[in-house]
Amino acid sequence: MSVDKATVAKIASLARIAMDDAALERMVPELNGILAWVEQLGEVDCSGVEPMTAVIPNELRLRDDVVDADPLTGGGKRDAVLANAPAAEHGFFGVPKVIE
Amino acid sequence: MTELTSLGVKAIRDGVAGGSFTAREVAEAFNAAVAEAGALNAFIVTTPDHALAAADAVDAKRATGGPLGKMGGVPIGMKDLFATRGVQTTAASHILEGFVPEYESTVSQKLWDAGAGMLGKLNLDQFAMGSSNETSYFGNVSSPWKKAGTNAAMSPGGSSGGSSASIAARIAPAATGTDTGGSIRQPAAFAGISGIKPTYGRCSRWGVVAFASSLDQAGPMARSVEDCAIMLEAMAGFDPKDATSLDMPVPNWEAALNADLRGRKIGIPREYRMDGTDAEILESWEQGKAWLRDAGATIVDISLPHTKYALPAYYIIAPAEASSNLARYDGVRYGLRDLPEKAGLQDMYAATRAAGFGDEVKRRVLIGTYVLSAGFYDAYYTQAQKVRALVARDFEQAWAQCDAILAPTTPTASFPLGSLDKDPLTMYLNDVFAVPASLAGLPAMSVPAMLNADGLPLGLQIVGKPFDEQGVLDTALAIQQRAGFDARPERWW
Repeated sequence: MSVDKATVAKIASLARIAMDDAALERMVPELNGILAWVEQLGEVDCSGVEPMTAVIPNELRLRDDVVDADPLTGGGKRDAVLANAPAAEHGFFGVPKVIE
Repeated sequence: MTELTSLGVKAIRDGVAGGSFTAREVAEAFNAAVAEAGALNAFIVTTPDHALAAADAVDAKRATGGPLGKMGGVPIGMKDLFATRGVQTTAASHILEGFVPEYESTVSQKLWDAGAGMLGKLNLDQFAMGSSNETSYFGNVSSPWKKAGTNAAMSPGGSSGGSSASIAARIAPAATGTDTGGSIRQPAAFAGISGIKPTYGRCSRWGVVAFASSLDQAGPMARSVEDCAIMLEAMAGFDPKDATSLDMPVPNWEAALNADLRGRKIGIPREYRMDGTDAEILESWEQGKAWLRDAGATIVDISLPHTKYALPAYYIIAPAEASSNLARYDGVRYGLRDLPEKAGLQDMYAATRAAGFGDEVKRRVLIGTYVLSAGFYDAYYTQAQKVRALVARDFEQAWAQCDAILAPTTPTASFPLGSLDKDPLTMYLNDVFAVPASLAGLPAMSVPAMLNADGLPLGLQIVGKPFDEQGVLDTALAIQQRAGFDARPERWW
């Protein structure tokens, strides 16, 4: 499978990366080179093989069902959470207007 | 005091504990070496005060007779992928430029608790995506090594290239690295140092900027196997904040080191003998076999039939996970925001990410978005995860015949910066020997073997069974003792 400029534009839009025409043109052969190369995986007989989901067998743990079980990742951290925000306003993340 | 910078982790720790010198003297010597080595561009920011404060704390403890810690008095470099409280953490990207974490990564906190101090944040390939340290927003890192008879700037490898360059240049005795598809082992091989990627889950990923979460694993880089063992003990351990952290005790790897390999079987995978592999790399592999035989091991031929497919599977799985992980960079919560005039929220996302990500990062996010998109998911992503299962099964079957595997770390020695950056695929091939162990989550280490005819280091790789870091370290130690690698780059910086 290979991609054309319109497809790359669609992917870029899904990935929320603005790309002008020149950037799209540059990306088309690069992506096609990579896609043509990974195509060889189609040669591998994977019948009866389950896709890997965990590389080292491990059980998912549940944390204690209490508020702030881990104080470091619990609540009450508003200022720390907002400290690196490009536009923090009134204790919230500021974004451009989304509702007219 | 300049001779202090030629010491490794063990020598510094023992020297401070024994009173041969103070931790402050060590920190001052390395701070000075870092300050003089700007030409390497190994550090994005330096933190001499952090190193001094940690050293003073260790010296104060020694004065009162308290325990100094596994890394007591050792100043290290911290790859700029680990969140460090109050110190800029960028993943070598523009999108995180100026990001100052409010918290400390588990691995870095463990190192500080063990008595280490921080010389600075080390440069790397942007978001750890790269094999040459040419994708950093903050400029290339130069290897301290030069190809004989030339003056071209050489690649320190990647993505942990600031780590490998600083250790080889003796401006840091050790550094943290992270390995997603070879990012500890390949730079270690290029720079003539040692580095181990432990079993997936040994080191907490909490506070490490995520690239491909099912593969990312932190590990130590240093100039000897012993130093790696010491530092890995300090970095590893269960962390409830990482859902994939292994809930297992941390062995005393350093104390148990044993280079006597009698009774051990070392597998040589025939599929790693690939067309186009450098003749000197193959020669170093033969030499490695001879060294391990000399240490008492039996060499056995093994087969890892799906080796050829590991790299293409990796270049679906890792970009897929990256495209998901990097969705968090949106210009809202932290990092860069690019808000064109009259732009709406969606335009702000797209403009921010266009301005904040480098070309290689964009390429991988686009590939990942494509292989996960409706209609292509099964053909690409599911197929790659099945191939990954087969690669892991190859290793499981190999363990019936051997205790560890010996292979080259890389298909070539280091190359000049700028010589491979035209074609992404050629660059990806650097990790052809490293990626299979990553896909299988296995512990794997690179240890220096020799210099090639151009005077550049070559590394050998040891891959072990899950949780058998000890077997990997022991095998690497046997090579280290016989290789006697003591070459160091001539200072030009």
